[in-house]
Formats: sequence, C-alpha cells, structure tokens
Amino acid sequence: MTEPADLALEQVTKVFAGHRAVDGVNFAVRRGEFFSILGPSGCGKTTLMRMIAGFEMPSSGEISIRGQSMLGVPSNRRPVNMVFQNLALFPMMNVGENVAYGLACQGVGRAEREARAVRILERVGLPGYEERQVTQLSGGQRQRVAIARCLVLEPTLLLLDEPLGALDLKLREHMKLELKQLQGAFNTTFIYITHDQSEALVMSDRVAVMNKGCFEQIGSPRELYHHPATNFVAGFVGDANAWDVTPNPSLGPGLGVTLVSGADLRAHGRIGAVGHAYLRPEAIALAARIEELSGLPNRFHGKVSAVLFDGAASNLVIEAEGFAPHIRATLPQAGALAGVEVGARLAFGFSAEAVKVFPA
Amino acid sequence: MSAAISSGQGRAAARLGLFLLLLPAILWLGLLVVLPHVEMAILSFSQRIRAGVYGFGFGNYLEFLTEPLYWRTFGRTAIMSILVTLITLVISFPVALYIAKVARGATKPILFLMCLIPFWASELVRTLGWMMLLRETGVASYLMQLAGLTYGPVELLYNDGAVILGLVYGGMLFMIVPLANALESLDDSQVEAGYDLGGSGFTVLRRIIIPHAMPGIVAGSIVVFMLSVGNFVTPVLLGGKNGLWFTEQIYAQFITRFNWPQGAAFGFMLLLLSTLIVWAGLRLTGQGFSETLRRS
Amino acid sequence: MIKNLNRFGIVAAVSLLALSAQAQEKLRLLTWADYTPKEVVDAFTKETGIQVEITLSNNEEMISKLRATQGAGFDLAQPSQDRITGPQAEFGIYKPLDLSKIDSKLFIGSMLEATKKNTTLDGKVYGLPHIWGTDGLVVNTKVAPGVKDYLDLCGAEVKGKASLRAKRPTLIAFAFAMGEDPFKAYSDEKAYAALMDKVGTKLSACKANLKFFWDGKDALLAGLRAGEVTAAMAWDTGGWKLNSENPDLKFIAPKSGALGWVDTFAIPAKGRADDAAYKWINFNMRPEIAAKVAASAGNFSASQGADKLAAGKLKDQFAESFPQAAIDNIKWYPAVPAGLEAIEGKVLDKVKAN
Repeated sequence: MTEPADLALEQVTKVFAGHRAVDGVNFAVRRGEFFSILGPSGCGKTTLMRMIAGFEMPSSGEISIRGQSMLGVPSNRRPVNMVFQNLALFPMMNVGENVAYGLACQGVGRAEREARAVRILERVGLPGYEERQVTQLSGGQRQRVAIARCLVLEPTLLLLDEPLGALDLKLREHMKLELKQLQGAFNTTFIYITHDQSEALVMSDRVAVMNKGCFEQIGSPRELYHHPATNFVAGFVGDANAWDVTPNPSLGPGLGVTLVSGADLRAHGRIGAVGHAYLRPEAIALAARIEELSGLPNRFHGKVSAVLFDGAASNLVIEAEGFAPHIRATLPQAGALAGVEVGARLAFGFSAEAVKVFPA
Repeated sequence: MSAAISSGQGRAAARLGLFLLLLPAILWLGLLVVLPHVEMAILSFSQRIRAGVYGFGFGNYLEFLTEPLYWRTFGRTAIMSILVTLITLVISFPVALYIAKVARGATKPILFLMCLIPFWASELVRTLGWMMLLRETGVASYLMQLAGLTYGPVELLYNDGAVILGLVYGGMLFMIVPLANALESLDDSQVEAGYDLGGSGFTVLRRIIIPHAMPGIVAGSIVVFMLSVGNFVTPVLLGGKNGLWFTEQIYAQFITRFNWPQGAAFGFMLLLLSTLIVWAGLRLTGQGFSETLRRS
Repeated sequence: MIKNLNRFGIVAAVSLLALSAQAQEKLRLLTWADYTPKEVVDAFTKETGIQVEITLSNNEEMISKLRATQGAGFDLAQPSQDRITGPQAEFGIYKPLDLSKIDSKLFIGSMLEATKKNTTLDGKVYGLPHIWGTDGLVVNTKVAPGVKDYLDLCGAEVKGKASLRAKRPTLIAFAFAMGEDPFKAYSDEKAYAALMDKVGTKLSACKANLKFFWDGKDALLAGLRAGEVTAAMAWDTGGWKLNSENPDLKFIAPKSGALGWVDTFAIPAKGRADDAAYKWINFNMRPEIAAKVAASAGNFSASQGADKLAAGKLKDQFAESFPQAAIDNIKWYPAVPAGLEAIEGKVLDKVKAN
C-alpha cells in the first residue's frame, strides 16, 4: 500500500449562483512537495484554496488530507494552515503572541508555547522579535511572522495565497528564494497560489495551471514551459511569439502551417481548420548570414527594428516579411551579434519543434 | 520697515479673522455650556441660613456624603446603569456584528434604519409604549395568560427589571452604531486566520473580534452609561415604588423641595462620580480615553 | 431636569414674543388642568379684548417656575392657599394684592376671609380663593368595601392594589389617621420632623401594599378603571368622575377627615398685566362663569351663588361622599411655614428609596 497523498482532490466542483467557479478539479500533492496553482485572476484558484482551507464547502467532489476526508470538517480542525494574501497578522498582539496564538488554541501551556514561538522565530530568521509590535516590522519580516505562525503548528499542509503580491520587486525576488529554502528546511508540503508565473516556476516542484475553473495542465515547471499541453498554457506560461495560423499540408513531411500574415513554418503539434502557434524568443537562433542556419528547417531574413534592453531578458524586435507585425527574439549575450544595433540586417531560424501549434 | 508693519498688520488681521471664525463656537461653549455650569457650581456652594438668606459653605456636599439615603441612591443608580451598559453591550454586539459583517447591499442601511426608527418618537412616547405592553392589563400579561404561562394577570411594570428593559432599549442604538463602525473595519481575513490557526468561535471572538471592536465598545459603553445614569423619564415611569433614580433626587431638590443649592450639588456629584466610574472602567479595561477618542 | 429647563426656555421665548406683540393685551396664566374651559376663556377675550395664555402646572412646579425667574414670566398664578406664605417669605415671588380692585361680594364671605388670613404675610394679602375641594379615598366599593380610612390602604384587602402620591398630602393624611395633628406641629420644626419620621416609617411598612406611587392623575384613573388599583388616596373630583362611569367606584371622606384645600389667585412679583389679572379674577368669580369652571374642574367654587347653578349630579355625589359630620371633619390646610418642605421631602425620599 502506498502512502496516501498529503492532499487529494477528486472531481471538486464549486457552484456560486449558477456559475461554476471550480469545475471538476482533480489532483494529488505528495508529502514535502512545493505545489503551485497558477492562473489569471478570476480563474477559481482562490475558491479552490478556500475549499482546501475549509472556508468554503465544495458543491460536489471529495477533498482528503492524508487519506482523511475533509468534507464537513471546519477550518479550525483541519491540519491545514494558511498564509493570507494580506498576511492577516493580528495587530492587537505582538509578534510572540501572534506566533503562539495557534498553540494556545491547541491548549499548549504558556511556557512551552513561548519556548516554541522563540524557536520558530529563530528558524525563520527573526530571533528576539517576540516583543515587537507587528506594525513595527518590515514587509519581509511580516511575511516571515505569518509563515512562522503557521509552521509552529506543524501542519500537514501550508497554503499560501499570493503572499508576495504586496511586496516590492526586489523583496519579492528575495522572498521567493527564502520561501523555497524554508520549505526545504521544514519539509512541509506547500500549496502556493499565484497569478505570477515566475513565482510559480521558480519555487515549485510541480505547477497546476488553472483557467476558468479547470486545470489545464499539471507538471513540473520545465514540462509546462517546454511542453505546454494546451493552447492556454502555451500562451500563459513564459514569454512567446503568438500567431494565428492555418494548416499548410504542402510544407510536409510533418506539420506545416501558414501564418495569417503570410510566412510558412514547419511546426509541431495538432491543428484543426485554424490554430495558434507559439514560439519562444529564446528558441530563435540569429546569424549574420542565412547560410549559418542551414541546420534549421525555418530560416528567414529580417531587420532589427528595436532593441528592448532588459539585461538577461533583452529582446530584439525584428521586422521580417510574412511576420506581422514583427517577431521577437532573445538578444544574444555573447558572440558577433551581441552588440547588434537597430537597422542591422540579419538572418534568424528555428526548429520545427520550437513552434508549438494548438487547435483554436 | 513698512513691509514689517504691513506684515504685522497682516498677522493681526489673520488673528482677528481666526477669532471671528471661532466666535460662534466660543459663544456656544461659553454661554450654553460653561456659564450654566459655573452658575451651578456657585449655587452648589450656597447654604440656606434662614428664609431668603444664603451663605457660602460645603454643607450641600456634606449632606450627600453623610446622608446614606443619597449616596445609596447614587450607588443603586450607578450599579444599575453599569448593568444596563453590560446588557446593552451583550445584546448589541451580535446585532452590530450582523450589520457590519453579514448584511450585504441594501440590507445594511435598512437594518440601521430599523434601529433608528424608535428614535423618531420621543423618549416619553417610547416609555409609554413599554407601559402599555407591560402593565397588568397590558399586552404581555395577556399573551402570557393566553399561552397558559400564568393563571392570573401579571404585573411586569414598576420594578427594576422594567427600568433596565427600558434603558437597554433606549441605549441600544448608541451602542450599535459605534460597535458596527468599529467592526466594519475588521478585515474578514483576520477572522478567518483566527479560525484557520485552530481557534474556536469563542477564541476568535475573545482574542480577535473583541479586541478589534474595543474602541467601539468603550465609546458605546460610555455613552450608554452616561445616558442611563442621567435618564429621568424611564426610571420615573417604569420604576417601582422602591426604585429611586438619582436624577429623581435632583429633580425633587429643584422642583418639590425648592432647594436649588442642594440640587446643584447633587448635579455636580452626579457629574463627578459618573466621570470617575467611566475613568475607572477605562483603567480596568486598559483603555486610554484619548486613545479611544482617536481610534473611534 | 432637561424637560424643565426646556420649559423655562419656552417660557423665556414666549415672554420675548409677548414683548414684541404688546399691541394686544395679554394675560399669562399659570394654572391647573381643567380650570380654564375654552368657552370661559373665549368669553373673557370677547368681553375685554385680552388674550389669555395658559400654562398648566401643579403647586411645586408653579413655585419652582416663579422662583426661577423671581416672579416673572406670568401675570397670574393659582397656587393652593397653604403654599403661598412659605415660598413668599423665602423667595418673594408674589406681589401684595390690591383688594380695592376686587369685587368681594362675588366671593363666599367666610371663605374669602379665611383665605386672606391664611395668605397674609407682614400684614399684606397675597391670595384670593377660587376653587376648593378635598383629598380623600377613591375606592372600588365592590372589591374593597372595608376601606374607610387612609390606613386601610395598608390593609390586606387591597394588597398590591392600593396607590398613593409620594407627596406631602399623603404624609399629612397618614399623620391624622395615626391619631396625630400635624397642623398643630407646624410651628415646631423639631416636633414636626419627629412626627414625619414616624409617618415615614409607617408609609415604608405600607409600601409593599402599593401598586405604585401615582404621579399624574390620568395614570391613576386608568389604573382604577382597569381594576389594577382598587383603592387610592386621591382628589374628590377624580372619584366623582369615575363614579359617573362606574357606580362601584366612590369617593369616600375618610374617618380621620378629608383634607380640604383651596386653590387661589396670586399675582407674581414681576407680573406685567395686573389690571388684566384683576379683570380675570372678577370675571371668573361671577356665579355663571364660576359654575362653568367648577363643572369643568369637577370641584366647588368660592364664588357666592355658583353652587346654586352647579350640575345636579355633582351635588348628589357630594352629598353621598360628605354627610354633615364629614363636612365638619374636613381638615383645612393651614399655611405651610417655610422649611417644612425640606423635612417632608427627605422623609418621602426615604420612603421611596427603602
């Protein structure tokens, strides 16, 4: 018999006034996994999380934690704790009291409560902060208190509802790393909700992409990035050139498509009468002369119309016949083309596998 | 030189402007609040020597302290008012919580309005309404007989319970409004976090909702307590033959006894002692008065 | 308190209005309910052109109001005859009457003389008799036939269904019923205080028997009508009014004596319309007018000849309540010396509080 999953959802559906906010969701989360649910706002991910936390009851379906059904179990009796979007620290209590609150609810004695609060605060990097008021803390410190407040209870699952949303960019980048480290150190199962794909991709072991109440795909960040299963995932995860295409059998063998703007591409995937094609900017090879790209099935001439400089994520905007309005490619960081300027003529090419085509 | 003069004139003009701006408020405070109180204070220190002749003295205050009748009446009034305040708080809290957190859309203003409607009638009319309900031949007694709870008519009027009922009824609005105000600012996620971390409903109420509502609780309690202690109509009409309210003593001194100095002294004792009780209450619950004002 | 302050405010506002409208002569009258039937006021205005502005009150409030303004705001007041010299000595709220402006033939001679004597201070007369009546017992004779005297209100027959006023007439009545003579003790403050303490103790013991202390006449009458109260100390008028509705309810002159009162005319110290006041007094004492007022109040007039015009029913009711012996036994209030109210008030407070 295999160990039951920390969290398993079967056909979970939630209907609000005729609207299916969550529609037949299935998934299981392994022990110690960092699992993210990624989706645009309004996709139902918050409702899903609130059902797991116990604030909402599913209209149908089953939620179980370590094999125990959670239906009818109120939130205060679930081995699940949640870090809220706005953190929801209790302003009337100091840091130590915030952390000890859950222990007090469990009936842990004062001395032990305080000792455990001190210990957990040390582990999240806030030693000696017990007496501080929460209003005196910085954004990152508040974040850590919110997590410590949950982890001190040693929950089976820790839910995090876009907790980084309110932080500034620099801190957000830092906290991503820290969250990942904390998860590793505590070896607690994390379920992380976000609309920010970079947060999901950086931290997660596995990511579920959610759209309109359904899961589009569950997989590792790499799988999602490189092998999107659906049109939505391909468009939502990572950066890509996106075009409407029609099939062009004359380009065979393999799949051939023609862009609405004219270019013919050898591609990969499935298509009906019409489809969408996605091409990541970093999958495009650049060369001074087209002959250098002879190994690639798709080769074109173009002219640099703009350089969008953004450090490692810098892009070139290339005008080329058949690509309307343009095509974006990653700026090479080394080699002859590293210093390419606006107006330069160049050649670009890509493999058939790089062009992902989905039926519309 | 001339610039200095003109700027000095400018400042003087600004000061005059400010003074004129504040004048209505100063007059209001001075003529309608401070002046009557000063007169009362002076009056309270005058003592009757013989017919028509009065002198300065503390006799009126000594009378309050030495005559058990008076301070007992005050004590009774104060204790009952504290009881009224607590009962009002307990009843109003769920109502305010419902208005602030559960009611949505148009329900909220309607509920507020329903709390307000009784106040469109004067206090006297409301109290008379209670008299009709509670008297021996009244509605409540009739219904109780109909339900077979009693065999004969019951008198529900003219006792301390009726007074407390009337005062609680009159005080509820003044408790609900500050409470609902305070609770409205409570973030739902705080409550959810309270549950999520394992708290029972009671724990969440005690450790999260009540501390958050504290400014409202304090503000509402002060108002209800002060209104109860200073009420006259309700205790007189609903109160029993045993129930003397301190304001009745003041009324009696002024109106039936013609002893204005004594009445004035009682009035000041009422002001002083009820302020003292409020202060003690704030200290006891660890709330600062200025902090309460600032936060509410 | 607030209510009363408001009333003072209204009085002040009304006085201001009166100042601005001096073109029309005006009489500001401070009186009791039912003493000013509309037809009488209208007839007076028609005859003299004087407007009458009426404020309803009772003895204590009249004194308090006039005290607040040192006798201003009203041109004519109607306190009871025993409540004039005390407050006058203390606060100086009335002015002496000019008896030459009164048509004394309109008054019952003996009553006029008695009232003048009772309201004289330092040789000056301050009051003239207007309406008189008695305080006694209103009893539901069917339910409580045994109630014959004030102390019977403390008896088992009316347990929980008796009522009294927490005011001085009750103290006086109980003193008489206990075999004392409080009026004799008026002159000796100490003796009076001792007597009142005794009465207070008796009243406190009696309190368990009471439904409530009545304050407004209407509340009491409603209680008697509904049967919530079966015996009460009250004015004869109230009793006769109820008797007309329900013959079981009767006004009884108590064994130890009904208390006789006389309401008077007195002119406030700062009254501004003395002529109008005298006109009103003379007008009101005409037999045909006095009869109308007496009928409205349900009491008797001090007007000579008004009783001949009184309605037959009231006469019969009076005859039933007052056999000759009871009339002779009426205890007429002598003037209350200043300072006694304080003693009585404290006793009443104790009775109410304990």
